[in-house]
Amino acid sequence: MDSTTMIAMASIATAGLTIAIGSIGPALGEGKAVSTALSSLAQQPDAANTITRTLFVGLAMIESIAIYCFVTSMILIFANPFWNHVIAQTAGK
Amino acid sequence: MHLSPDEVVFWHHGIFKLNATIVFTWALMFVLVVGSKLITGRLSKGMSRSRWQNFLEIIVTGIAGQIKDVGLPNPQKYLGFIGTLFLFVATANIFTIIPGYDPPTGSLSTTTALALCVFIAVPLFGIEDQGLKDYLKSYLEPTVIMLPFNIISELSRTLALAVRLFGNMMSGAMIAAILLTITPFIFPIVMTALGLLTGMVQAYIFSILAAVYIAAARRTPQPEGAQS
Repeated sequence: MDSTTMIAMASIATAGLTIAIGSIGPALGEGKAVSTALSSLAQQPDAANTITRTLFVGLAMIESIAIYCFVTSMILIFANPFWNHVIAQTAGK
Repeated sequence: MHLSPDEVVFWHHGIFKLNATIVFTWALMFVLVVGSKLITGRLSKGMSRSRWQNFLEIIVTGIAGQIKDVGLPNPQKYLGFIGTLFLFVATANIFTIIPGYDPPTGSLSTTTALALCVFIAVPLFGIEDQGLKDYLKSYLEPTVIMLPFNIISELSRTLALAVRLFGNMMSGAMIAAILLTITPFIFPIVMTALGLLTGMVQAYIFSILAAVYIAAARRTPQPEGAQS
């Protein structure tokens, strides 16, 4: 097995694992945040504006963790630096 | 399928490249500037006003109200900066309904530039409000040991701002492109509608986070019972 095949295999498998494992934590966190916000809204409908704004900002913070995983997996598939390095080496020979 | 509109090059001469990001940013700037120039050219103070004037007034007062809710009194001072961020990101994301348009916010260069604007503006607003010495002293809170962590948090939240907007916009375009190859009939439309919603939420979040950072940087210890 030459090195391009190895790198392709490792990158694809790792990209899938990155987004699969990396989205577990943010999913649990977002579910907890939304459920807490819903119960607070039910208790205090007057504070709906503040709760909703804080919820959105917090959700964005939590979701950015999943987005980092997604960006990492996209880099692994479409803009892999090791892949480009090996391709440039073989082209130079 | 391309990762970002940076890779679509329309014209290049030497080191100068004219890619889709730059072209669409210019188009957006043109639409925003000419549109608001046309509308604000004939403002009326009376009871009868054009619907476009009402539209702009709703946007401006809405943004000002949101800035005030975050905890910044005197929102007029920050309206120029935060309102520009919101309007640019929101129009860049909402124009994705036009076929053949790539949102410039789906390129890491644009979002990094916007995040760097926030990164520079936050200390400036903080210094202006509480003076250089007090602002620098806020990095030593609660103890001196926290100094490197405060600096790291300053840098990492700038990175987070840039990557969050880029990732959301890029993933929207990517999901639509992938679905077009699998189920090209109805699902891409649903996902594009979801992408429009995400775009508006991201624009809101970007500007609100900028406002929150500014509010955190200019937090002065208020005397007891003082009216803010």
